[in-house]
Amino acid sequence: METTITQDIHRSKSLSDFIQKVELTNFQPLFSEQKRTNSFKLLSQLQFPTTKDEAWKYTRLGKISSGNYQLQEGTKESIISELIENLEGTILVFVNGKYAIELSKIHPEVGVSISPIHRVDKAWLEENTSIGKNQEELFLLLNDYFAQDGVAIEIEKNTQSTQTVQVLNYITENNSLVATRNAIVIKEGASIELVMSYYAENETSSFSSHITEITIENNANFTLHKIQNENSANLTIATEEIKQGKDSTITLHTYTLNGGLVRNNVYANVNGQNSESNLYGIYLLNEKQHVDNHTTIDHQVAHCLSNELYKGVLSDQSTGVFNGKVFVRKDAQKINAFQSNANVLLSDLASMNSKPELEIYADDVKCSHGSTTGQIDEEAIFYLRARGISEKNAKLLMIDAFIGEVIEKNTNSLVKDKIYSLLQNKQEQL
Amino acid sequence: MIKINDLHASIDGKEILKGLNLEVKAGEVHAIMGPNGAGKSTLASVLAGREEYEITSGSVDFDGKDLLEMSTEDRAREGLFLAFQYPVEIPGVSNINFLRTALNEIREYKGEEQISAKDFMSMVREKSKIVELDAKLASRSVNEGFSGGEKKRNEIFQMAMLDPKLSILDETDSGLDIDALRIVANGVNTLKSSNNATIVITHYQRLLDYIVPDFVHVLYNGRIVKTGPKELALELEEKGYDWIKAEFA
Repeated sequence: METTITQDIHRSKSLSDFIQKVELTNFQPLFSEQKRTNSFKLLSQLQFPTTKDEAWKYTRLGKISSGNYQLQEGTKESIISELIENLEGTILVFVNGKYAIELSKIHPEVGVSISPIHRVDKAWLEENTSIGKNQEELFLLLNDYFAQDGVAIEIEKNTQSTQTVQVLNYITENNSLVATRNAIVIKEGASIELVMSYYAENETSSFSSHITEITIENNANFTLHKIQNENSANLTIATEEIKQGKDSTITLHTYTLNGGLVRNNVYANVNGQNSESNLYGIYLLNEKQHVDNHTTIDHQVAHCLSNELYKGVLSDQSTGVFNGKVFVRKDAQKINAFQSNANVLLSDLASMNSKPELEIYADDVKCSHGSTTGQIDEEAIFYLRARGISEKNAKLLMIDAFIGEVIEKNTNSLVKDKIYSLLQNKQEQL
Repeated sequence: MIKINDLHASIDGKEILKGLNLEVKAGEVHAIMGPNGAGKSTLASVLAGREEYEITSGSVDFDGKDLLEMSTEDRAREGLFLAFQYPVEIPGVSNINFLRTALNEIREYKGEEQISAKDFMSMVREKSKIVELDAKLASRSVNEGFSGGEKKRNEIFQMAMLDPKLSILDETDSGLDIDALRIVANGVNTLKSSNNATIVITHYQRLLDYIVPDFVHVLYNGRIVKTGPKELALELEEKGYDWIKAEFA
């Protein structure tokens, strides 16, 4: 009798091999040697997850684990076309993960501290990031090890900032490994808006790890606009870790317009009553692009509201994943949690996996979730064409209407205009 | 204006139109009546360019051009308008945005300038009055949440905005109460001129009290089997379709 043994080759990929393969040119690590050694030790015991792991069931990491990466130096002449015009505020630019001082511009404002994170003191860094506290989260540990820079923001108590900060991340070189670590602290009663944009030069390949750790204290308000517009050979794992105090509001807009593999992890730990968490996202995918939005909203206390609305348009052979977890802990009564994910497939070869997960341990809550995936309404297309509109424009009108619902949630008109103009380019490719 | 010659059309291999002939001249109103399943809506769909239908033989000349060779949008740009029996709801697409896009695409096709926002809005105000359509409806999403009557009035409003040469009203009277029927018919009559023509497809005579046809055709089993003056409609109303079925079965 013969037995066949099938081995999952990715299982055997060790993280220490992956790390040691990375070429470290002019490496200026953010975290201390001791912390990094510790993270490395933990990583050595880990392997890249496979599709057997529930959290990675629909996202294959083979492209990342088998890649050969380098920390790259690079320069960028101008970032005018990527910036949002007329938006007043500090601009911080990172090229291949390193601070580009010549492209950055500090807009001074009382009560607002913004700087590249490599400049902040060690105590602040340790207080406001999870360095050393995390034992098992692979991509966090990798970021601990490789991070060189990122943005540090602290808004002082009761400071209502009037600026919108722009942080631009640009990849210029092939095989780049980019790891950024951002820490944002909005003190009690303070507020600010931030745009984080991700772009890459044509035909560059990369693996990026972006971790953003956000603390929103009592009665504070934070809006983050995330614009992901790289290319099909740029792979990204991004995480926002959000801690919310009472009476606080977070609004996160995630616009994924381009990228080969994009995984967005959002964890909102809501630990203060009367707070509000809004997560809005769109993704427009073509070719073999893959986007995976994994969100977790953890309602630990009572009287909170969360809204989640994610919409996607998928063409060609693109694939999408939405996994939305909502926890309502015991005693977290009077929670209103709404979640919706809707998708339009423009091609028979495109696919979407959408999974809401609600775990509710309190009894007086209002939670809803909905998930739909369908084709574009052919009857509507015919109707529009019967009025003289070309098939292409009819499709565009329909897509605009579909994702417009999400974009209109954004109250910053300058950011919104930028999204609409980026969308025009993208829609040509769908 | 339009000349349909020996038109045969089928869907899923089943022949629905079996040699239909019809000529409509500028300035005329034609009514096409007939029992359910005669092919009335198929005729409207085929003329508008629905791709599910296969044209097996015949020709349609539209103002000197081969209509059947044209895409749906080009037919509309050439001046053919279909008022839908079941207007489609399109959430998120505003009526205004949709109509401006349509109008400008038609203008571009004809080599004309785009309409200015100001002219467009005054046109919307003027034309919405024809069908007593609340200006608020004009700015809402296309047909979304509209009542049956509002949907049909919106069809005639679009017709007024696009100013077609030939309008085909497919069962426009279905689902209308008497007031809405009067408003819709009044709109159609207001838009009537010596340069355009109308084909009214209907099951019932009722609409023809308001939109008076020059000719009434009876469509049965995929062909026009009888043509007469407007009185033919009254005769059909009185006697029903059974005598037609008996005569032509």
